[in-house]
Amino acid sequence: MADRKPVRWHIAVFLAPAVIVYTAVMIVPLFGTLGLSLFTTVERVPHYVGLDNFRTLLSDPHWSGRFWNALGNNFWFFVVNMAVQNPIGVGLAALLSSPRLRMAAFYRTAIFIPTILSFVIVGFVWKLILSPLWGIAPDMLAAVGLKSLFAPWLGEANYALTTIALISVWQFIGIPMMLIYAALLTIPEEVIEAAEMDGITGMSQFWKIKLPLILPSIGIISILTFVGNFNAFDLIYVTQGALAGPNYSTDLLGTFLYRTFFGFQLQLGDPNMGATIATAMFGIILVGVCLYLFGIQRRLRRYQF
Amino acid sequence: MKKTRFTTLLLASTLLAGTAAMANTTITIESWRNDDLTVWQQKIIPAFEKAHPDIKVVFAASAPTEYNAALNSKLDAGSAGDLITCRPFDASLALFQKGKLADLTAMPEMANFSDVAKAAWQTDDGKQTFCMPMASVIHGFIYNKDAFDKLGITPPKTMDEFYADLDKIKKDGTYIPLAMGTHDQWEAATMAYENIGPNYWNGEEGRKAIIAGTQKLTDPQWVAPFTELAKWGPYMGDGFQAQTYPDSQNLFTLGRAAIYPAGSWEISGFSAQAQFKMGAFPPPVVKAGDPCYISDQPDHAMGLNAASKNKDAAMTFLKWVGSEDFATLYGNALPGFFPLIDKPIKIDDPLANEMLGWRQTCKPTMRYTYQILSRGTPNLENALWAASANVINGTQTPEAAAAEMQKDLASWYKPQQ
Amino acid sequence: MAQARTSLPRTIAAHAVLIAYTLIALFPVFVILINSVKSRRAIFAHPLALPGPQSFDLIGFTTVLHQGDFLRYFENSMIVTVSSLALVLLFGAMAAFALSEYRFRGNTLMGLYLALGIMIPIRLGTVAILQMMVAGGLVNTLLALILVYTAQGLPLAVFILSEFMKTVSADLKNAGRIDGLSEYRIFFRLVLPLVRPAMATVAVFSMIPIWNDLWFPLILAPSEATKTLTLGSQVFIGQFVTNWNAVLASLSLAILPVLVLYLIFSRQLIRGITAGAVK
Repeated sequence: MADRKPVRWHIAVFLAPAVIVYTAVMIVPLFGTLGLSLFTTVERVPHYVGLDNFRTLLSDPHWSGRFWNALGNNFWFFVVNMAVQNPIGVGLAALLSSPRLRMAAFYRTAIFIPTILSFVIVGFVWKLILSPLWGIAPDMLAAVGLKSLFAPWLGEANYALTTIALISVWQFIGIPMMLIYAALLTIPEEVIEAAEMDGITGMSQFWKIKLPLILPSIGIISILTFVGNFNAFDLIYVTQGALAGPNYSTDLLGTFLYRTFFGFQLQLGDPNMGATIATAMFGIILVGVCLYLFGIQRRLRRYQF
Repeated sequence: MKKTRFTTLLLASTLLAGTAAMANTTITIESWRNDDLTVWQQKIIPAFEKAHPDIKVVFAASAPTEYNAALNSKLDAGSAGDLITCRPFDASLALFQKGKLADLTAMPEMANFSDVAKAAWQTDDGKQTFCMPMASVIHGFIYNKDAFDKLGITPPKTMDEFYADLDKIKKDGTYIPLAMGTHDQWEAATMAYENIGPNYWNGEEGRKAIIAGTQKLTDPQWVAPFTELAKWGPYMGDGFQAQTYPDSQNLFTLGRAAIYPAGSWEISGFSAQAQFKMGAFPPPVVKAGDPCYISDQPDHAMGLNAASKNKDAAMTFLKWVGSEDFATLYGNALPGFFPLIDKPIKIDDPLANEMLGWRQTCKPTMRYTYQILSRGTPNLENALWAASANVINGTQTPEAAAAEMQKDLASWYKPQQ
Repeated sequence: MAQARTSLPRTIAAHAVLIAYTLIALFPVFVILINSVKSRRAIFAHPLALPGPQSFDLIGFTTVLHQGDFLRYFENSMIVTVSSLALVLLFGAMAAFALSEYRFRGNTLMGLYLALGIMIPIRLGTVAILQMMVAGGLVNTLLALILVYTAQGLPLAVFILSEFMKTVSADLKNAGRIDGLSEYRIFFRLVLPLVRPAMATVAVFSMIPIWNDLWFPLILAPSEATKTLTLGSQVFIGQFVTNWNAVLASLSLAILPVLVLYLIFSRQLIRGITAGAVK
């Protein structure tokens, strides 16, 4: 190991391009914006107010009501994604990685296709399919005699958020699938062979041998899902609009932030409160990521080889 | 390979821009009217360029949902176009106060517009005007004439007749009585509540009273339209809770619905797509003989980017926008967007002409949420969207909806406290 | 050996599950594609029917193609996507290598710093970014977009790649060092080839948001000469657009190129993954 050399210029050389571009184009503008959360604008002149905006966000009923609503919705959105998307993704990857599976390439390509579609397309097509008027979903349910199960899901406060979370699952299932698939393929042949020598095959081989080995990858997809879900915005925006109806039942932190920061319809943009919400979101995500990096990931690493 | 290609492209575009600037001036118009792109490209811009061959005009339209956010960012950074299409009231007022829009008060063409027409693009004291008014939209109901003839019903004059007609259509079963959904929420507010409402709160009288604080949103004349909305659900299509705005439009133009709560901007699209005869009626009044009110909403205007580098050319264009010629051209190229100019303009489209005629028989007012009242947090317009949709969906009673709106408004608006 | 691991019923079950899920994944795309070549009436009357001689209609495509220079939009999108991807992969892999290979003070902090970018929506920095591009004279150039997308793609690339680089065997690198290879050679010659599956994965993940982005093209490069395909087709996908023929046609036009691009990458992806797996 090159641990004790005085100056290791190559480290700087490796890091420099990424750090420079990233800092200049992303970090500086973003933190400049987050800094707005410490100010309020009176007659177009910014005044430093410390943490007052955060107090408003958390205690003024008009702000906190929306904030807690969005945060709660966001948790549910995340729970559905974690509980549905990731297990299915791991399952599909496990099936795909079974040796000598014919057409594996086709399946993998096809299942990943929703992930490459833009939100506009996803929103449009699911609204079309679930539309009570044009009848794709109602007709299909009717064909199997389940017409009575149909409801205008996107229009009812009880169902809308879960429906959208499932659309999100449909769209992004390719990501856990691909990552886990790659991880499963990197398990050394010797490990599998040794397991087979011991008579561990099939399902129990997956649970006992492979799963522990891909846990770090499951960790990565969990944290990516967490970060992605708490930043989610586009899918709600294209299916339900910036007001996240019905009656704010699909409002996530991202849509709440967008409305506040950029304004919406007659509501003028409020960069100060918008930045406050963004900083709060950032804080939530940062705490989650740190828990992962310093708590979970360390523990997972033990299984690595 | 890609690299050189890219550099060449960069170089080429720089060179092109350079030569173009020498030959003539190019001005860019920022707009959210992406629906009208072809009309601008094929009719309006050629008409202007013919008279001013030294000025080239680019109509840069973005989607309505992105417009405000994109425009504000571009204005802040100094990369916005020379001419800005102005939203009515506060959005443009804020831009003017930030110094992004130039003061146009002194333009002689402003004399072509009445004070009411200019109100949406003036400072609160009415002393400064910052956008040249272009068009307003009128609310009402568009109906399928063939369906009405077949069922033997006539356009309703009163709310009772309105429900009688709806009942007949529903009983017959061929058509969905009302083509509207609540998924996108804004139709419930704009095309339902603020469409029929002025007949209850007597138009300008009620609107001004709320601004002055002498009426409350919980007063009967403000709750009554909600009570009407609460009855509409059964007349709308199955699953109307998930029916979107384009769904409703298509439902009507495909001839599957009888009545469409409308804004006049629908006319050109509907005329192109519907294969049946259409008519229009103004919002029915409460009792026969009551005076009628219509929502004649200022919709868009054009302002000058204060940081424009082509001010002369842009002003030339703005002068033209303020002229009678432009009003005639625009009003006929986009039937349903009615010129605000204080001169009689002949509109050829029969349906548009019919709606324009209401200005003579009914008293015009505008959506009450637009002026002053949507300045605070929580935003009154957003609250009205959610409340109207909730009332139609049956998830909130008219009284509860009105009470919540009043509470929201009173929380920041002094005259209502 | 492999015989022991597969049995016929298990294989059939696996195919059944995969086929079922493939149908779910592809069904909506299928709906868009078939309806994009149907007449308006047919779309609404029978949304699931295949286009037949009665209902076949290319009106949507003619409307859309009439509206803009889609070939140029496509070229712009390609230039932006490919250049940004190349930079993301190169810079990202280099930084990930530094983080995963060397122990130095602030390593974890640097890792966290480089990951901050996925925690805040980059849209928030719009005004500052735009001001910077205006100052640099980069408005309405593709370079502005490439810079933004490179910055935007780096956090995820570093995050995923450094996880994978940790699994590259230390013996191999140390053997290289004993042979007198410089750190740069170790990175380019030994490590990069080994993390190809991860590189391909990152390429696909980063490509999608770049190709599909609407916001930055709208803000930074909206001119006719620099419009991307997504921005060009957006004209038809606004909230107030009822011309579903045009909408569906422009959606199809937006799907097809990215589909082709993905299929190309996907072959690389397979090769990359198998190359990584065979040890």
